[in-house]
Parts: sequence; C-alpha cells; structure tokens
Amino acid sequence: MVFNRKIFSERNDTGQMPFARPVSQEDAMNIIVAGCGKIGKTILNSLMAEGHDVVALDSDPMVIEEITNIYDVMAICGNCADCGTLEEAGVAHAELFVAVSGSDELNMLSCFIAKKMGAEHTIARIRNPEYNERSIGFLRQQLDLSMSLNPELLAAGELFNILKLPSAVKIESFSRRNVEMIEMRLKEGSPLDGVMLSDLQAKYKAKVLICVVQRGETVYIPDGRFVLHSGDKIGLTAAPTEIQKLLKGLGVLQKQSKFVMILGGSRTAYYLAKMLISAGASVKIIESNPERCRELCEKLPKAMIIQGDGAQQELLLEEGLRRLDAFVALTGMDEENILISIFAAANCVPKVISKVNRSELGLMAERLGLDCIVSPKNITSDILVRYARALENSKGSNVETLYKLMDGRVEALEFNVHPESELTDTPLKDLHFKKNILIAGIIRGRKTIIPGGDDVILPGDRVIVIATDQRLHDLSDILK
Amino acid sequence: MNRRMVFYILGQMFKSAAALMVLPLLISLLYGEKCVWSFLITIVIALVIGVPLAFFCKTEDHVIYAKEGFVIVALAWFALSAVGALPFVISREIPSYVDAFFETVSGFTTTGASILTDVEAMSRGLLFWRSFTHWVGGMGVLVFIMAIIPSVSDRSIHILRAEMPGPIVGKIVPRAGDTAKILYLIYIVLTAVEIILLVIGGMPLYDSVIHAFGTAGTGGFGIKSDSIAGYSPFLQWVITIFMMIFGVNFNLYYLLLRKRVKAVFKSEELWFYIGIALVATIIITVKIYPLYTSVGESLRLASFQVASIITTTGYATADFNLWPELAKATLLLLMFTGACAGSTAGGMKLSRVVMLFKMIRREIKHMLHPRSVGAVRFEGKKVEDGVLSSVGSYLALYVVCFVMIFFVLCLEPFDFETNFSAAAACFNNVGPGFAGVGPTASYADYSALSKIVLSVAMLLGRLEIYPILFVLSPSTWTRK
Repeated sequence: MVFNRKIFSERNDTGQMPFARPVSQEDAMNIIVAGCGKIGKTILNSLMAEGHDVVALDSDPMVIEEITNIYDVMAICGNCADCGTLEEAGVAHAELFVAVSGSDELNMLSCFIAKKMGAEHTIARIRNPEYNERSIGFLRQQLDLSMSLNPELLAAGELFNILKLPSAVKIESFSRRNVEMIEMRLKEGSPLDGVMLSDLQAKYKAKVLICVVQRGETVYIPDGRFVLHSGDKIGLTAAPTEIQKLLKGLGVLQKQSKFVMILGGSRTAYYLAKMLISAGASVKIIESNPERCRELCEKLPKAMIIQGDGAQQELLLEEGLRRLDAFVALTGMDEENILISIFAAANCVPKVISKVNRSELGLMAERLGLDCIVSPKNITSDILVRYARALENSKGSNVETLYKLMDGRVEALEFNVHPESELTDTPLKDLHFKKNILIAGIIRGRKTIIPGGDDVILPGDRVIVIATDQRLHDLSDILK
Repeated sequence: MNRRMVFYILGQMFKSAAALMVLPLLISLLYGEKCVWSFLITIVIALVIGVPLAFFCKTEDHVIYAKEGFVIVALAWFALSAVGALPFVISREIPSYVDAFFETVSGFTTTGASILTDVEAMSRGLLFWRSFTHWVGGMGVLVFIMAIIPSVSDRSIHILRAEMPGPIVGKIVPRAGDTAKILYLIYIVLTAVEIILLVIGGMPLYDSVIHAFGTAGTGGFGIKSDSIAGYSPFLQWVITIFMMIFGVNFNLYYLLLRKRVKAVFKSEELWFYIGIALVATIIITVKIYPLYTSVGESLRLASFQVASIITTTGYATADFNLWPELAKATLLLLMFTGACAGSTAGGMKLSRVVMLFKMIRREIKHMLHPRSVGAVRFEGKKVEDGVLSSVGSYLALYVVCFVMIFFVLCLEPFDFETNFSAAAACFNNVGPGFAGVGPTASYADYSALSKIVLSVAMLLGRLEIYPILFVLSPSTWTRK
C-alpha cells in the first residue's frame, strides 16, 4: 500500500468543509436536540456536519436567534418538555431525541414525553452524581432511555485513560482492548526524529503501525518512506503489549501516574479522583470553596483535599508541584486552566492535562505548548455522533466502533467483515482502495495482524480502517 | 466583509441566469424566430462573466453574516436585471437599454409594469422570457440557487431572510437548502396545475404557460393588449382563484402537505387576507353594478380586480380607470397592504398590517391605563418586542421611500393621480396604476430618469428596502 498524500489543510480542494454532507438524503435522520448550551451547540454542529436534519429546542429566544444565524438547523423556542413544542419539532418522526438542557429532571421528563410521542431513541444528559450512582439503571429502564450521558463522568474516564499511559495524548481501544490506538507528540530530541517509517520495525522490534501524522496544520497518511520529525503528532495502532515495547524502546514509557494533583473540585475532579484512588494512586485536590472541600472530603476519604486558591504559585509549590507525576487542571475557567498548566509544565511536571472547553482557546493552548487538552463537550458530542452513526448503521451497515483523532479530522473505524464482502480472500495489495484510506489492523480471533500488502481479509475478521476526508458507512465504501 | 464569497455567489448567479435563458432560447427556436441569437449572445456574456467570477472567487471561507446576506441579494438582483435586459436590446425589439432594464426589473420583481405600447408585436421567445422572469423572481433567484447548489453555506439563512418577504422568515425544515427545494416544489406543482386548468378551459398552451407564470409570480405581464379581458369567464375565474392562491404564505401549503390542516385554519393572516378580499369585492361589486349588465359580471370583474391588486399581480379584465372613485380608492388601499408574508406578492404584507393595528391598540390601551402590561399576540404567539419595533421602523422607512419616489416622479408633466399611482404601483410591485399609467396605458411616456427611479423603486419593494439601502451605503464597502 503506497500512500503519501497531503490530505487537507483545514479544508480540501473542492472548497467544501471536510466531511461536508456525507450522508445521502435518504439516510439523513431527523434528530431533535433539546437544550442548546455549550454541549447542545457542539452536538448540533457535529450532527449537522454529519448530514442529519436537526431541530434545536431552547427556551431562550436569544439563543434561538443565535442558533438560526450560525447553524443550518431549525430552531424552535419553547419548553422542551411541552407537548406542543415537541409536536412542532416533529417528534413523531424523529429517529433520535437528545435532551441536554441544564436540568437533569427536565431532560428526563422531556425524553419520557418524547418517547411517548413517538421518538424512536432518546438520550438524556443526567449529570447529578446521586442519580448516576444508585438509580441510573432503574431510571434508564423506566424512562425507556437509549442512553444517558454524563459529560463529567465521560471526561473523567478519558482523563483516567491518559493518566494510565502518560506518554500518550489520547488512547482509544478497539475490539475489547485487543488493539489500542494512541496519539502522541514527538518531543524535541525524540529518538524517532528523522526515522523513516520502514526502518521502525527493525529498529525497535515492535509490531506497530503509524497510521496518521499531523505536522503543523496538515494531516498525512504516511507510507514506508515517510520520515518523522520532532513536533509531529502521530497516531499509532498496535496490540497493547507492542505499544509498551515501543515506548520502552524509545525510553519514554511512563508508568501509570502515582502522584496526581487535581486543580478545582468539580464533578469531573470527583469522578477522576475516585477512579485514580481505586487504581491505587495518591490524589491531591485543590479547591477554593470551603463548603465544597468539606463535601469532597466526606465523599473521598482517601484523597487529600487542600482548601486554597490554585492560582497562587506559592501554594502549588508548597504542595509539592515539582514532585508530581501528573497535574490536571479542571477549574471552570478555561483561561485559568491554561495559565496554571503552563506554570506546571515550566516546573517540570512530567504530564500536564488541562480542561479547555472553548475550541478556539484549545487551539491557542496547543500553540503555547500544552499538548494534552481535554474538552468534555467534544467528548460528549463524539459519543453522540458515534451513537447516531451506529443507529444509521443498524439500517444495514456494520460499524463497530468509531473514534475521532487529530481534533476530529481523522476517523478510525472498526468493521465486522461479512462473509459475502467483496474484500475477502484478495491480498490487500491487489485491492483498489480510495485515496486517504488505510487498513490499520486486522483482528482474527485473538490475534492482531498489522497488515502488509500480502495479507488477506477473511470473513469473520474485524478490520480497523483509518479515513481522513470522508465518512465511511460500510466496509465496501473503502474500495474505489 | 467576506467579499470573495459575495462574488462567488454572484458568479453562480450569472451561471444560473445563463441556464435559465436556455428555456426562452428553445422556445424561440421552436417558433423559428430571430431572437434566438440575442439569447445565445446573452448566454455567452453571462457565462463569460459568471464562470471566471465563480472560479477565481472560490474561497475556503464560507462563513457569511447578515451583512453579506443583504449585499449578495441586492447585488444579485441588480446584476440579474442588467443581464436579463440584454436580449431585448440585442434583438432591437426594445432598442433603449433603460427601457429594457425597466422591463426586466419589472419582470423579476414581479411588478408587471410595462413600457411596451404594443405587446402583440413582440416575438414569442422574448415574451416568454419576460414572463419567465416573473416566475423566477416570484420565489426568488437566490432561493433558486440555494435549491440547486447543495449547501452554499451553513449560514445561507441570511440569504433566505434577505430575499424572502415578510417580518419573520423561518425555515420549514431544518436545512435552508431543503427549505428552498420544498418551496420551489410547491411552486412548480401549483404552476403546473394552473397551466393544466387553463388548457382545459380552452386557452392555447403557450398563452396558458405565460399567464400561469404571470399568476404564480404575481407579476402580471400578459401577451395581449387587453390583458385577460379577451378570455372566457371560466379562464378569468381560474386566474382569479390562482392569484389568491399564490398570495398565501407558502409555509401553509407545507403544513397542508404535512396534514396539519388545523394549523392552517388557525392562521390569523390567512383569515385576514380572505376577509379583506371579500369585503373589497363586495364594496366594488355594489359600486360598479350600474356599469355592467348583471350581478354575475360585476362580481366576476370586481373579484378579478381585487385578487389582481391585493396579490400585486396587475392583470386586468376591465379598465378600472373608468370605475367610480370609491372602487378606485379601495383598489389603491389594497395596493399598499399587499397579500401574506412568505408569498410571492409585494406590498407591505398583511402580517405587518395586522401587527401594526395590534400595536396601535396596545398603545391606546397603554395611554388609558398607563400601568397596564400588554403583549401583542400574532398567530397564537407573543411577538417579540424586537420584531414589533422592526415592523414599526419598516413602516417609517416605507413611507420615506415612497415619498421620495413620488417626489422625483413629480418632475414629470403628468397629473397627480398618474404620478401617485405610478409610484405606488411600482413600489408595491403591482404594475398598472390609474389615469396615465392605468391598465390600458403604459409607462412609455416617462423620462429615462423616472424609469431608473421606478426600477429602483421596484427593487426596493421586492427586496423590502433594506438590502438595497445597505448596498448603497458606503459603510458597507469600507473596512468598518
């Protein structure tokens, strides 16, 4: 397989947004998004870009005005639990109803009504830990919810994954953890600087595949002759043990972070601390509100809670900033997170993660040298897009998992191979793939194959496909 | 301002103009007329301007704001009229360019005011083009472009809003492009039904198409010197009913398609429209009864004229110049009210009129009970204060523009009635006025200056003033 093509710098040659209107008219689903806060808008935007027909509901006329101006969706002003408003939004024909307003109770109620009025699938954002811990299963069953979303829990899960393998910027796993895909940045002076990809396997004796490289604003699918530079952001797939082997070879393997400081005692911080503690890490949370501190103290007896202003450098240093394995900035203010993270990075904390919700600030932070940025609203919206894609696929296609890489510009998908698929029993080098497509892995039973030109896809395999400027709905889409 | 995008869409507009002109080209080929060449030359000119414009101004930045929306619409209408006038000039059938421009603007803005003194001498291809401009201009040129070019921009709502008449422009389905498609589909089907009915009624096919175009766009260009008067009563009734149909908000037809009949009959504007038309018809029938032989005839003539004027079409079956003053005054008032918002008609739009009356009522109530809190409700919903104040200021602007147009016309040596009704008829996109510009006369005697002013007046009326004002204001084009 020979690929080395400049994919797209921001937008591709045809002048259209990458991935613009990928779904044909017939496949477009009717989706209603109730509640248009930060998360609601992100969801609107990505579902719209997916090509679905989206109706937005909100009770604030100003928000409705803004939405009609910016997004190509229909926006209706009204209470999202009101039958009249829902009827106007066409709930009876909706394939998916997503309630992401600020109030859990309103979300549940509106999902309940929407379901009764004929919406096929309903998803509610339920963020209150009390609902989530004890009654979520019961609620989901009784309200007939297809899924409940807890952005803070999802964000905490992602943060936890990163802290388990701190060398990476992002980790996703395919096929029940048989294959992992990690995103990492090559630091200045990395041993991979100047290495040609075809030499990689011989040099480090690890079966890994570098499937995407982001250099500056451009994303490449590299071929064997591609030469890596420091500063590149790379995405690689391999079995977890192989990844460990490579990282050891590179001398960048970091053990799971043991000493973690979390700035800000938000809900995300609470979930993350809980996960870290149960994995055996020692956690310190800095929170300025005494009331909240006491609450956290009650709920997390094993964590150390410090009451104080995290923006004070003296306090951070006193609490041992320089001896940490990882520092996570989770305050409600993007700007504060960025600035304090820069301070932490300057004090040689090996892993610094910052929560930044506004995408424009995220890009700026990356330019300032913070490479590990987590955005809860994007995580939530990715999950919804994945769900929507799966719904669409239940109509005939077979995407198993879907991840977005490199700020959403690359997609990695896992497909099941049907016996009647036209891809089977032909060596990969003889198949005519579309451009900007890469087969990144074949999973056969428990074995993971990093494919070369002579490998063959067999019926019953699972295949991981990397695609850049298109959206795939079926495995057969990858052929010309 | 995103100038590249503005000019890109203008380029697309020129290309579409060339495509539209293929139809009259074929008609003149069919009849073997010499004006084939004038269409061919115009198509080449439009392509020579449009193709490079669309090619070189192609941009990656598709984001447009309200300002761009207004400017695109205003420039597109000027440019389209300038190109659309060329076939008349090239074929020498309307030798003066100012006359041809007036005629084309009158076509696209669905006014129907003509400078032709002998319509029947024109070639059939050119007459077809003249009426076809009504049909295209009725629903909107840019709406047409949005319907055929997939996703011009995510924010094309700004274009839709600038081109569609009415105080509140909403989408009927989530995507602006799909909304445009549905509107055009309804428009095409209604036009086709009218053509069929006219043919059944015994009108030749060519005449039926021309008159259906004139009715659909609420334009009013005919092919006979006596407009519709020469056709049978059945045909006159068909045209009366269809004029009324095209004066209804098109969103209501979409609701009918969605089987939401109840919602249609709840429309306040629709009832107001029907009510006004009925009252006006009764007044005029009673007043003109002495002039004609039977109640049936006077009812037919009265209802035809009322439908023609309230929808700002401008067909005539009688010379209403000879009617009693009260009948003429009724028609003059109807010119200003116009029909429903969201239809192809011109004028103030009834929804504005209704809101204005309700505002007056609220104001009076507020004066009598200074502490009372009043909300204006329209179509069952509270109208936002922003919309109300925009309706109020639109009225003020409307009056100012009308006075200015009228003032310029008074430079001409015609009587008060002629000038006043000419200004009203052009500004409201009606077509024929009274006295010197009555249904049997034409605008040929006006000077070039007045013709240009009237052309601008027609554009102001069709685009509801603001777009034209913005494009003429220097601050739009400076860097501010």
